[in-house]
Amino acid sequence: MSDLFIKQSAPAVFFGKLGRQALRGVEQIGDATMLCFQALALIVARPWQGKHFILQLSALGVGSLIIIVITGAFTGMVLALQGYYTLAKFGSESLLGAGVGMSIIRELGPVLGAFMIIGRAGSSITAEIGIMRVTEQTDALEMMAVNPMQRILLPRIVATTLAVPLLVSIFDVIGIGSGYIVGVELLGVNPGAYIAELIAKVTMHDLYGGWVKAVVFGFMIGAICTYMGYRSEPTTEGVARATTQAVVIASVGVLIVDYILTSFFL
Amino acid sequence: MIRGEALCKRFGDVTALNPTDISIGTGKITAIMGGSGSGKTTLLRLLAGLEKPTSGHVWYGDEDLCTMPVKRLYELRESMGMLFQYSALLNSLNVYNNVAFPLHEHTELAEEVIATMVAMKLEQVGLRGFEKLMPSELSGGMAKRVAFARAMAMDPKIVFFDEPTSGLDPISAGVISTLIQETSRKNRMTSVVVTHDVAAGLAIADHVILLWQGSIIAEGPPDAIRESDDARVQQFLQGRPDGPIPFSRSTTSYIDDLTHKPGTIRLES
Repeated sequence: MSDLFIKQSAPAVFFGKLGRQALRGVEQIGDATMLCFQALALIVARPWQGKHFILQLSALGVGSLIIIVITGAFTGMVLALQGYYTLAKFGSESLLGAGVGMSIIRELGPVLGAFMIIGRAGSSITAEIGIMRVTEQTDALEMMAVNPMQRILLPRIVATTLAVPLLVSIFDVIGIGSGYIVGVELLGVNPGAYIAELIAKVTMHDLYGGWVKAVVFGFMIGAICTYMGYRSEPTTEGVARATTQAVVIASVGVLIVDYILTSFFL
Repeated sequence: MIRGEALCKRFGDVTALNPTDISIGTGKITAIMGGSGSGKTTLLRLLAGLEKPTSGHVWYGDEDLCTMPVKRLYELRESMGMLFQYSALLNSLNVYNNVAFPLHEHTELAEEVIATMVAMKLEQVGLRGFEKLMPSELSGGMAKRVAFARAMAMDPKIVFFDEPTSGLDPISAGVISTLIQETSRKNRMTSVVVTHDVAAGLAIADHVILLWQGSIIAEGPPDAIRESDDARVQQFLQGRPDGPIPFSRSTTSYIDDLTHKPGTIRLES
């Protein structure tokens, strides 16, 4: 048998690759949605996974606390510093509390908090589940009549959905507090004005908006990171690639969904 | 009786298992042997329900494993055990909790009773006293022995062994082979053993199935396999490099591969 060789044109190669990637992307979104709903449907199935949920909440939530406190503190400090010198140009330093509070509660708390949790907890979720796949631990669970979706995926998705709003709330408090320290103690803003403007300008609507974002981001982080780990190629390289992809997809996803949610809440 | 009917498995363009009929006798040890890539682990995973076949059925009595509800599948698995090639111990649990895992999950036994059962299982594999070690602190052989103890924890009726002796020193390999044989005989347990260890497979099995390139090329009692006049069977049993089973697995022309230019596609004519 003889073979013929033809050269493919560059556009054909390019659009061929693009098409394949687009199809793969759509396929993955569908698969991830199915897997996530399959896992969530098991929330009412026995045996209850309460113990595993608490363990995950502790590992993901408490484990991320320090990084959230540090990020919240420095975000509030930088905002106060930047905000003070901008507002001073218009003689409106008294609005510093409102500026810091609204920025953190509406945007920076949920988004930066989510980024920190993706880096700290999301990546470890993907890597842990991926390694369980490589070492056949998920198959071992299956063979011991334990559903890996119920035992591994579900507690992590529920834990991140609950942990992110809690951590974001802590981020908000620390951020506003550290903004107060920089604004009032270091830059001399009137403490009464800082607090009064904060209370006057930041509404419950802002708080609800921030929490809704945090819940949605938490669910997204849990769903994306567990999916990427569970569907990772069961090789060392596959797990490494899945972990990187999980962090990138979750981070970009947070930014896109943040814009969509912001447009609803404004 | 476990029965595979026209079982076939493809991964993309690669056929791991051609349509195959297979019967596993109740209370017997069935050894599935063959070279690397012959489809034996795929067949084992299909029989255990860890993979869905591309076509065909796996019958447990009159129930089809491939179509049964998940709840029923898990009920069935409570009476199954599996020893994985790389042990698959749960990394977050120590030896005790790994062996006790199925008991904690599926029984209401008091912890003292579970502790006694775990001690008995670990004594069986010579690892009593190592309960507190984590999987990362175990050697490959020890991990496999713990995995064996875990597979036996629920006194299963059916156990799947994927390469139970690979990577073990001769003494541990001998112990595991003996344990498989003794436990199967005593408990009237159905054992399916995938191995390329010819001596161990022929020594412990009641029935041997030999695979090559995803198809069964011989099956029967060990003596019948030993005396087979099929050249492929004899080449495998004797481990000869020359014979009808080629060493090279390449299916394309060596010359064509060397002359194929990057950026071109091949059109077969």
